[in-house]
Amino acid sequence: MTDILADTMPRQQAAAALTPGIHMTDAANKRLKARYASERRFKMIGLSAILFSLTALAILMFTIASNGFTAFRQTHVRLDLQLSAEQIAPAGTTDVRKIMQGNYGAIILDALQKKFPDVQSRGERRRLQALVSAGAESQIGRMIVADPSLIGQTISVWLPTSSDIDMFVKRQVDTTAPEEERRVKDSQVRWLDSLKASGDLDLQFNLRFFTGADSREPELVGVWGGVVGSFYTLLVTLLVAFPLGIMAAIYLEEFAPKNHWTELIEVNINNLAAVPSIVYGLLGLAVFIGFFGMPRSAPFVGGLVLALMSLPVMIIASRAALRAVPPSIRQAALGLGASPLQVVLHHVLPLAMPGILTGTIIAMAHALGETAPLLMIGMVAFIVDIPTTPVDAATVLPVQIFMWADSSERGFVEKTSAAIIVLLVFLLLMNLAAILLRKKFERRW
Amino acid sequence: MSLPLLLLVLLGLTVVGYYLGKSRALSAAGGKIRNLHSLPMFYGWYVVVWCGLPALLLFGTWIAFEDALVRNLVISELPESIRRLPTDQLGLVISDIRNMAYGNIPVDKADANLRPVVEHYISLRQLGTSALWVIVLALGISGLVYGRSRITSDFRARNRVERAANVLLIVSSTIAVLTTVGIVLSLVFEALRFFHAVNPLEFLFGLTWSPQTAIRADQVGSSGAFGAVPLFVGTLLIAAIAMLVAVPIGLMAAVYMAEYSGPKVRAWTKPALEVLAGIPTVVYGFFAALTVAPFIRTAGESIGLEVASQSALAAGLVMGIMIIPFVSSLSDDVINAVPQSLRDGSYGLGATKSETIKRVILPAALPGIAASVILAFSRALGETMIVVMAAGLAANITANPLAAVTTVTVHIASLLVGDQEFDSPKTLAAFALGLVLFIVTLSLNIVALRIVKKYREQYD
Repeated sequence: MTDILADTMPRQQAAAALTPGIHMTDAANKRLKARYASERRFKMIGLSAILFSLTALAILMFTIASNGFTAFRQTHVRLDLQLSAEQIAPAGTTDVRKIMQGNYGAIILDALQKKFPDVQSRGERRRLQALVSAGAESQIGRMIVADPSLIGQTISVWLPTSSDIDMFVKRQVDTTAPEEERRVKDSQVRWLDSLKASGDLDLQFNLRFFTGADSREPELVGVWGGVVGSFYTLLVTLLVAFPLGIMAAIYLEEFAPKNHWTELIEVNINNLAAVPSIVYGLLGLAVFIGFFGMPRSAPFVGGLVLALMSLPVMIIASRAALRAVPPSIRQAALGLGASPLQVVLHHVLPLAMPGILTGTIIAMAHALGETAPLLMIGMVAFIVDIPTTPVDAATVLPVQIFMWADSSERGFVEKTSAAIIVLLVFLLLMNLAAILLRKKFERRW
Repeated sequence: MSLPLLLLVLLGLTVVGYYLGKSRALSAAGGKIRNLHSLPMFYGWYVVVWCGLPALLLFGTWIAFEDALVRNLVISELPESIRRLPTDQLGLVISDIRNMAYGNIPVDKADANLRPVVEHYISLRQLGTSALWVIVLALGISGLVYGRSRITSDFRARNRVERAANVLLIVSSTIAVLTTVGIVLSLVFEALRFFHAVNPLEFLFGLTWSPQTAIRADQVGSSGAFGAVPLFVGTLLIAAIAMLVAVPIGLMAAVYMAEYSGPKVRAWTKPALEVLAGIPTVVYGFFAALTVAPFIRTAGESIGLEVASQSALAAGLVMGIMIIPFVSSLSDDVINAVPQSLRDGSYGLGATKSETIKRVILPAALPGIAASVILAFSRALGETMIVVMAAGLAANITANPLAAVTTVTVHIASLLVGDQEFDSPKTLAAFALGLVLFIVTLSLNIVALRIVKKYREQYD
């Protein structure tokens, strides 16, 4: 080629042909550089978008964890309580009401004063008493109800401290602030130091947080009431939404003719999946509570509302799972003489079940975290009892979190975060179950 | 004599019916299954259908309407003076009666003239429950007997049972339609009652929102104003901030995952982003109120800006983070669906990867991306917990993201939380707001679905 050029063209022209073309001029090189730079920039923007999201997730998790993990341990103080008969009830009494009315505040104060005999003034005594949680009194009462023979004895028990003290000991508040700005005063700090030195002050595992229900005192709250309420609510949701969702999906995917009616149903389901959850709360309030007169604050009603909310999601997931079963299975079963219903029940549904269950678990996980519709049907009531049936007044875990987050006391920040940790653990377990299920039953046809 | 017990009894009856039907079929066939038209279990199921379904239907209807029926009967028993009361006070009397009947309030504290009504209420409830027991059991047993009597050796039980099952399937798939009807009816009914008290035009275009109505006539300055524009503005402001965060970040994350990252990175980042979507909104709300809002406040004040402690920015920012996976997941699918030939063509012409993405892939994926953005937007409009916890109740008309605003969902929640009577405009306003929210989000969804549908037709 070059030989031909050299032969046919004058030398100058040949030289010109060898000089860089328009793609190799300085301007072009600059352009190329700029294009590569913009390529790198674009890639970096994409990477930083992902990093931003992951950082936000990390900060969220870190904030919750660092605020919440301290709640799993609670400051306790050991006191030698003199359970004298005259302050409680005559020995041998088993009358619960009488025992619970005992003057336990005085007993606790006596025990505290025995440790710090130099405390005299009324204000100082009140501060001394404020070391121990207000709930300690009923705790002692319950102890004696369980074992009335304790009356008249002197026992050594660990009692929870009040939230202020708890926060101070855990350094959740500014411990170096001047005394006027602290809720824990200098004299109390002195007592705490001496209690700690004698081994009577300790951080213990906060069993009450996992076994108790709501309370006005942050040091006494527990998540068990919310967990049980959530359990009943989700149970109702599952019992209602799961069969309905499967049946609707089977009809739409396997039997439904293509007409206006089924098209309407399909469009409807897709739209329902995107209706704001609070609207379902309005529906529950107007229909279940207003029209049918069902009780407020009951997991049964909450479960129904959440069932209606998660039904479209379950139908969509179940339909996808049914669609993934190859037609050859159906044809084979039909060829052997099975009726259409038998084809579905004996062959298609079992094969689609893992997919349906995965979708169901994910929908249930969403229902577990849902708060807004439950606010509407009155599940924000302050409830200190653990519900025993689905029609008892109850609260659920996310609503409990919402209520604690609303409380101004410093101690509730810790408990809210801890309750969030509990909720996230449940969600994690559910999602893990869904992933494992998917992995285990994943198949290629 | 409780109702769950009745259900259990009915369940037991159907189990008995199953075995009776099965044994009857076997004996009719002389013990040889091949003489039967269907498998024996279908005869059992046939009896179950006859025994259970009519009784259950009646049971359900009764549960649904018993309350209203008893209520009306009780109202007709009440003294004339009470019956004439306005509806809300009448409702209080009724709930008092109900509480007394269930023993929540001791009867002796009540008005003497209410006592017979309470007793009447109790007797009506007892009568109703006993009647229900009798009728349901009678229906169940006669259904059982009838179903069993029809069984012969050539009776086509399978076809009958399958027809019944088909009806059951159809009924459950119409639950979705019923839910929509329920939502629309409940919202429209309550909203209409609201619009009797408040002019719809004032509601939609009024500029002041202060739903506190006067409890006494002599109270001044709390007549209740229901102009919802501040709520709409606040909702749009927060949703706009959320979209400003979520759309670019979600889109770029999707582009990176789909075009740049290797399969290993993608296998980790995609689920990690989806974790963001799985976190309950109440957790985001707590995060916004506890961490983000104070952070924005201190940051703003350090450069001399005045920031409200519950700023629109904090709520919008956190909501945006929550919405990122909605945008990224959907966009990722759409970008992956763009045919490889378009990319190859672009590379063949010498374009770099980013040029291909910007000039070819994104325009090709645009309808799908637009749909995902619209869905994310409707999600932002309907989000409740983040704004309840981080945006506050101040109804301001402002475009300043550092000011405190409030949203439609916040007010729906705050108007209805707590014990409220159902008849004041204050509570009914929540349903009107809900209706607006429902209509807006529904239209957005329909638009998004339309766009997706159109887009699909181009590539399938």
